[in-house]
Amino acid sequence: MYQFPAKLKTISYALIGIGLAALLYGFFAGGADAGHGHGHDNRPWASLLINNFFFLGISLGALFFLAVQYAANVGWSAGILRILEGITSFLPVAGGIMLVIVLASMFHLNHLYHWTAEGIMDPESEHFDSIIHGKKAFLNPLFFILRSVIYIIGWAYAAIVLRKLSLQGDRGTDLTWYNKSIKTSAIFLVFFAVTSSMAAWDWIMSIDTHWFSTLFGWYVFAGIFVSSVTTTALIAIHLKNKGHLPWLNDSHIHDLGKFMFAFSIFWTYLWFSQFMLIWYSNIPEEVTYYMPRFGEFKGLFITMLVMNFIFPLLILMSRDSKRNFGFLSFMGAVMIVGHWLNVYIMVTPGTVGLDWSIGFVEIGTFLGYVGLFIWVVFKRLAAVPLLIQHHPMNKESEHFHI
Amino acid sequence: MANTKSIISALFDDDDVLLKSIKSIREKGHKIREVYTPFPVHGLDHELGLERTRMAITAFIYGVLGLGVAMTLTYYTMIYDWPQNIGGKPSMTWWKNMPAFVPVLFEMTVFFAAHLMVWTYFVRNDMYPGRKAMNPDPRTTDDMFMMEIECSGDEELLRNLLKEVGAVEINLVSKADEAEALAEA
Repeated sequence: MYQFPAKLKTISYALIGIGLAALLYGFFAGGADAGHGHGHDNRPWASLLINNFFFLGISLGALFFLAVQYAANVGWSAGILRILEGITSFLPVAGGIMLVIVLASMFHLNHLYHWTAEGIMDPESEHFDSIIHGKKAFLNPLFFILRSVIYIIGWAYAAIVLRKLSLQGDRGTDLTWYNKSIKTSAIFLVFFAVTSSMAAWDWIMSIDTHWFSTLFGWYVFAGIFVSSVTTTALIAIHLKNKGHLPWLNDSHIHDLGKFMFAFSIFWTYLWFSQFMLIWYSNIPEEVTYYMPRFGEFKGLFITMLVMNFIFPLLILMSRDSKRNFGFLSFMGAVMIVGHWLNVYIMVTPGTVGLDWSIGFVEIGTFLGYVGLFIWVVFKRLAAVPLLIQHHPMNKESEHFHI
Repeated sequence: MANTKSIISALFDDDDVLLKSIKSIREKGHKIREVYTPFPVHGLDHELGLERTRMAITAFIYGVLGLGVAMTLTYYTMIYDWPQNIGGKPSMTWWKNMPAFVPVLFEMTVFFAAHLMVWTYFVRNDMYPGRKAMNPDPRTTDDMFMMEIECSGDEELLRNLLKEVGAVEINLVSKADEAEALAEA
């Protein structure tokens, strides 16, 4: 049985400490001096939203991947299901913090969402904005909070049910749990298809309230999925190197590498589909979204594209690089940072704007989340055997060869 | 006849038996020229010690070629020969209009990679229209697996080994037959 290594635990505590320090600094020391606008005050909140959404996405993507494995009766992945379950254990944590952020925004503790601004929905006010007023039926605090609660409770519930069922797979050869998992997964996938898009509109797209894009939900989903597959591969490689996963062979890692490669391309495809139509039609209310991203944020934006597209395309294309653990880990680290930057660039222009920088607050919060993530996930991994003992596909997974 | 090089064909009726037999035959120093199977047998190329295909490398080269052709095509037609005002942004440079060309670049890359790979495959396998099948035994298109072995050393020993590992039928393919088969083809 796997034990949470004391060294890793110490590292995770240290990282959590850095994260807390960064957040405290951001909230109290950074915002103390007066004379700054909303952007400056938003910075620690935006940093929290970026990191929380990124890690919530990783755990949600892992839950989606887990559900796909059950719903599609997949054989090869039986040996990594416990890793996916471990990652989903972060979902209730990040979900809880997400609700805190949502409530804080709705009660005007920050101004992350432009549509919550004072008087913006009031025709009498000088801040009145008729375009935003037209979205009132959807973008109002009560409905917004209600939706966020429904997403998070729905996802967390699915994660908990799948975990409970899989624990029964350790006990005996009775396969009722497996059949129930298939049903649960199928229902969750339908729920996920709608809510993953809606959550992306709510939490991310409504920051730039005037602007909208019809494939935004898919675009965010693609980023989430790449991040979580990459995280799964990194954890699998780490555990395999430590000798804890004897039932995994090169082919399993190769397959995870293929997912990283394929969904990097898929992400780029969606990114470009969104960009090109807006670029081509050149309509002012649409291009406003890309003006800061090709102006103030150009350097970051291009770096992010290179890290998330050019790197994986050229490096992960060959078979050998997907089978080389060191190579794959390096690419995984690049892609994690790249997709973090992607979330950063989705959130920052509309919240922090010209006051942006990537400093102690952002990086520290990120490190804190890494620590918290490691602590929660590895504690969960160490709780039960790393292989579901009586999973019907164990034999097939063990002999997996491509 | 004992020490001359001769070619033996062995028939198997089970792909697992066939796969397992290959190792012991190759260990004895015999060269397996060809294996005919009714369906692709997983792991066969690995057991035979075949080199990995270089098709992936050609695919990459063809893709780059396609990308180059598409760049030339879009530059010549849209910028150089008859400059176009694309999306209300008359920049008249290829680079600034690049997003509009990406679908073309992508499709040509895929088109070149896919089609040229098919032709490469045909050429490398000597396949062309009207080519006669090289199959020595029609049973290998139904339920039998046939292996052609170049016997080095004692032919009797090889026959015994083949029987031991589970061959259901063993035949001698003489060199004269081989020459005829090639001439016919």
